[in-house]
Amino acid sequence: MNLQDYIAQADALERDGSAALQGAADADALEAARIAFLGDRQGQVKTLQEALRAISKDDKPAAGKRFNEARTRLESLHAERKTSLDRATAPAAAEDRSLPARRQWRGAKHPVTLVIEEIEGIFRELGFTVAQGPQAETEWYNFGALNFPPNHPALDAHDTMYLEGEGLLRTHTSPVQMRTLQKYVPPIRVLIPGLVHRRDPFDASHAPSFEQIEGLCVDEGISFVDLKATLNRFAERLFGASRTRFRPSFFPFTEPSAEMDVQCGVCGGSGCATCKGTGWIEILGAGMVHPKVLEAAGIDSERYSGWAFGMGPARIAVSRYGIPDIRILYDSDVRFLEQIAE
Amino acid sequence: MNVSYEWLRAFVPFDESAVRLRELITAHTATVDELVALREDLASIVIARVVEEAAHPNSDHLHVTKVDAGTGTLLDVVCGAPNVTAGKLYPFAMTGTVLPGGLKIQKRKIRGAISDGMLCSARELALGEEQDGIMELSVDVAPGTPFLSALPIGDVRLVIDVGANRPDLLSHLGVAREVAAITKKPFALPAIDGLNAVVPPAVTDEKTAKAGSVEVRVEDTDLVRRFMGVVIRGATIGPSPAWLVSRLESIGSRSINNVVDASNYVLHELGQPTHAFDLAKLEGSRVVVRRARAGERITTLDGTERTLRDNMIVIADAVRPQAVAGVMGGRDSEVTEFTTDIFLEVANFNPVRIRDARRALGLSSDASYRYERGVDLEIGPRALERVAQLIVLLAGGAIDGAPIDLAYDRPPATTVTLRPRRVATLLGETLGTDEIASFVASIGFDVDRANDDLRVTVPSWRGDVTSEVDLIEEVARLHGYDSFPVEIRPFRPGTTGDDPQWITSKAVREALVGAGLLEARPMPFVAGGEGFVHLSNPLSENEAYLRREILDSLARRAEYNLARMQGNVRLFEIGSIWIPRDGALPHEELRVAALVMGRRQPPHFTDPKSPDFEAWIAYDQWDAKALAQSTAEAAYPAARVTLRAAESKSESESASEGTLWDVLVDDVVTGSVRRVALDAPVWAATAYGVELSLGVLDSSQVAPPGEPAHRPFERPVPSVSRFVAVPSTPASEFDLALLVPDGVRGEQVEEVVRRVSGKLLERVELFDRYVGQGVEPGHRSLAWRLTFRHAERTLRDREIEARRTDILKALADELNVRQRSN
Ligand SMILES: [Zn+2]
Repeated sequence: MNLQDYIAQADALERDGSAALQGAADADALEAARIAFLGDRQGQVKTLQEALRAISKDDKPAAGKRFNEARTRLESLHAERKTSLDRATAPAAAEDRSLPARRQWRGAKHPVTLVIEEIEGIFRELGFTVAQGPQAETEWYNFGALNFPPNHPALDAHDTMYLEGEGLLRTHTSPVQMRTLQKYVPPIRVLIPGLVHRRDPFDASHAPSFEQIEGLCVDEGISFVDLKATLNRFAERLFGASRTRFRPSFFPFTEPSAEMDVQCGVCGGSGCATCKGTGWIEILGAGMVHPKVLEAAGIDSERYSGWAFGMGPARIAVSRYGIPDIRILYDSDVRFLEQIAE
Repeated sequence: MNVSYEWLRAFVPFDESAVRLRELITAHTATVDELVALREDLASIVIARVVEEAAHPNSDHLHVTKVDAGTGTLLDVVCGAPNVTAGKLYPFAMTGTVLPGGLKIQKRKIRGAISDGMLCSARELALGEEQDGIMELSVDVAPGTPFLSALPIGDVRLVIDVGANRPDLLSHLGVAREVAAITKKPFALPAIDGLNAVVPPAVTDEKTAKAGSVEVRVEDTDLVRRFMGVVIRGATIGPSPAWLVSRLESIGSRSINNVVDASNYVLHELGQPTHAFDLAKLEGSRVVVRRARAGERITTLDGTERTLRDNMIVIADAVRPQAVAGVMGGRDSEVTEFTTDIFLEVANFNPVRIRDARRALGLSSDASYRYERGVDLEIGPRALERVAQLIVLLAGGAIDGAPIDLAYDRPPATTVTLRPRRVATLLGETLGTDEIASFVASIGFDVDRANDDLRVTVPSWRGDVTSEVDLIEEVARLHGYDSFPVEIRPFRPGTTGDDPQWITSKAVREALVGAGLLEARPMPFVAGGEGFVHLSNPLSENEAYLRREILDSLARRAEYNLARMQGNVRLFEIGSIWIPRDGALPHEELRVAALVMGRRQPPHFTDPKSPDFEAWIAYDQWDAKALAQSTAEAAYPAARVTLRAAESKSESESASEGTLWDVLVDDVVTGSVRRVALDAPVWAATAYGVELSLGVLDSSQVAPPGEPAHRPFERPVPSVSRFVAVPSTPASEFDLALLVPDGVRGEQVEEVVRRVSGKLLERVELFDRYVGQGVEPGHRSLAWRLTFRHAERTLRDREIEARRTDILKALADELNVRQRSN
């Protein structure tokens, strides 16, 4: 036999043997395959080994090498298959299924996103869609159009960060009200989530940049009753069946202006540390859109009226998830972000 | 704004408790943030009954008593007061109580008799100086009742959150007016015994006059809207009487001396700031209201020397400023124990000027707070009279000459038409015209009928009311917001749909959360520098700029995590970035970015334990490339997303930035994938970042002020995938193991394969890359599996074989790529 034929035989043996050993369905089949290929007496490997004798002296080293490769491979395949068949047929008690699963990393939306999405869902049922706008704004959109008198103490609550050259960072999402009113014909029913900025030092209860979510409804015949009823429905849905109350307040861009409280969920209204003894938790500011705001958008304020509200989803997140310091929301520690997922 | 419950009661005879009053004021006027019970130092004192009383066996003046303090057992108490009587009630401090003077009551033996607590005198409770023994109480309460709840001793301070529109509420007068309207009770200025009438000043729009012998001059009527003054001579400065001290204490103000206290009292009573100057210190006996001269200096009452600017107002004498008008008086002319003659200033300064000065000096005072918001122009004469009366009553002396009243040009009263049907439209509930009229009249507005409507004249203290809607708010709140029904009424749907960027953001967020990433919301401020948007008033110098890239923020957050030993970081953010533009608002763009480093999945006990595996399991550039691809596909579902290797750009640039790929959306560069440089410990893995634009945030003016620019709501129509029949014919596959020279990119090979294969090629899949032994230097071995399929029939072997030959030939000819021999 010449070398080439021998190697071809070895290849065929390795291929067939591999298939038989790897394909053995159970221990009996494996044993049959072992006897057929690796058997001491009539195994094909034995036969191939014997055929080595017929190889010329020069070719013997190469042929011997090939033979060893084939035998080693088949032997190791047999061992592998035997182990896996043994494992598969081992009694069930031997497998400890209490061991942990192979999990993937858990992704999570930010807690503030969760609150925004929940609020969005509630208002969507009431026919609201989402509007967006830029954070770098003009003085007019942020203040002038919203009836802030120049040089007025009302500006003090909006400690503004100004941009060198032009503009400022919006201090509330209300500029988007004005942009929406200028762009689209009433009826308008929009919700405006977004980041706003105030020059407040970063501490346990203030962040210089924080989210706000604002709503605006403008149409013919919209009244204070609509405002109350809609926001009351919202509070019921977000906080459960709790009572609300409305208090007079002041915002330059609404009149009448109000703040809405919900009954404290911790004490049920009897007064506790969470609600500072009042039985109420302040949730949002609201009011009827000031006629001057409508007029700034070229809308006839005799024909149309509207209401608007604004609130801080980060504050809601902090109280909902029991977060002691608002900075935790923004530090982005992965252990925190993994923790709060819904 | 601090208001005293008892002080309000001196205006309005209401019966409501402080708690009820808080509810009413909050519901109708302004929120009461806090109730502060004063005399909290007496909170633990209880009322106790002396049940038995007997002389102390070892003393001629002490008594031994048994006291019922509501604890269930009688306490033994030794008492030295001559008036202790069995059956009577007294204030009682139990063992452990600390008295106002700091004395802690302890259980002890007094001459052999146990004393467990103390019956208290008025002096021991800091309620007066009487020495007539313990305080006998004539109340009908059970022993154990807290002392403060049984007796009207503790005044209650109401802390009211007054909106910037309601300066009229910055006085007891203003709050009392509201309380009177809410409780439907009359109200009147509290009487003070012993006041003598003061001749009212003559109103004039003159700018100069003499008060007594003092010459007063207003230089500029832009500074002051009204200026009054009076001279009082022969006063004796001294302490204030107890009633005045306690009034001031009730609102958290400290007594200083009788003259200053009189001024302060009236500030809180009427809301009009006044200032008393020591006349002897005013050079030339002159008072001049003028602009400060730039650089002029004054030491204010708080002892600080301040440099003035020329837009500030000063009250000066013949030579120098003696007060920063409306903000704070000067130390030189302060009223002291040596003062005898006084010039009392009662002014109404321009609010904007006061606001500017307050901000420029960083100095706020009770006076500046009120002036900025606007002080009632008509309250001045009453305030002048009241302060002058109080000074004469408390410090003696007499008024010299007639008071003066300068520079006053009374503005016409504002009249507003109020339509009841407009009230109904805006509030959603019909109120009767009489009811509306009575609400508005109850807080001092004059109301006349004009056919169906009301003509309402606004009082001088309500400068915030200028239009009908302002009056409608008054009606709404006095009616009570909580009185309106809660009733969802039919509505029309809006004309807009969701903002497209909002929809995109959501899709991207869902994709990244699904990929196991965590959403972060960091602050957008960075250390920045040239080419960044600069804040003119940043919070701190190392956060003085706005970021140009979200990865900048995420990199800082990754470092924050590394500093806390968290090496598996996978953060993303959807937010804005800003690029400066000359003479315009910055260019603002919505972006998404993601940063990944460390393990791409949590450790598991089946993980192979080898360094190779540890290296393999860490996020690498191929993960980042996939993240970029899937993020861009989520953001731009209709577009063609490709990633172009960055080495095709200038090599030095991409190397320094660590950019690996550019993300192209319909052939436009929209984002990038890169290695992110971090300030990281040695154990940290390499960080990879993806940043992708989601579009521009348009900040241009929509339309000129007062005008609309209506447009239809538009949103790109989403593209829809088309159905393709799932194949039922078998596929044919073969592998190509190729030797690819280093200069040839894998995607070039794939291009050739696709082109030569034609449309029967279903899939090209790279399944191996190998460099090393057995591969020629300057080459790498890449192996692809090619899958072919005909939609209707089985492919013949020779068809496949022919393609294989063609592909290999084309690769060899075009790219010098050869098949790898084993
Ligand atoms: Zn509570």
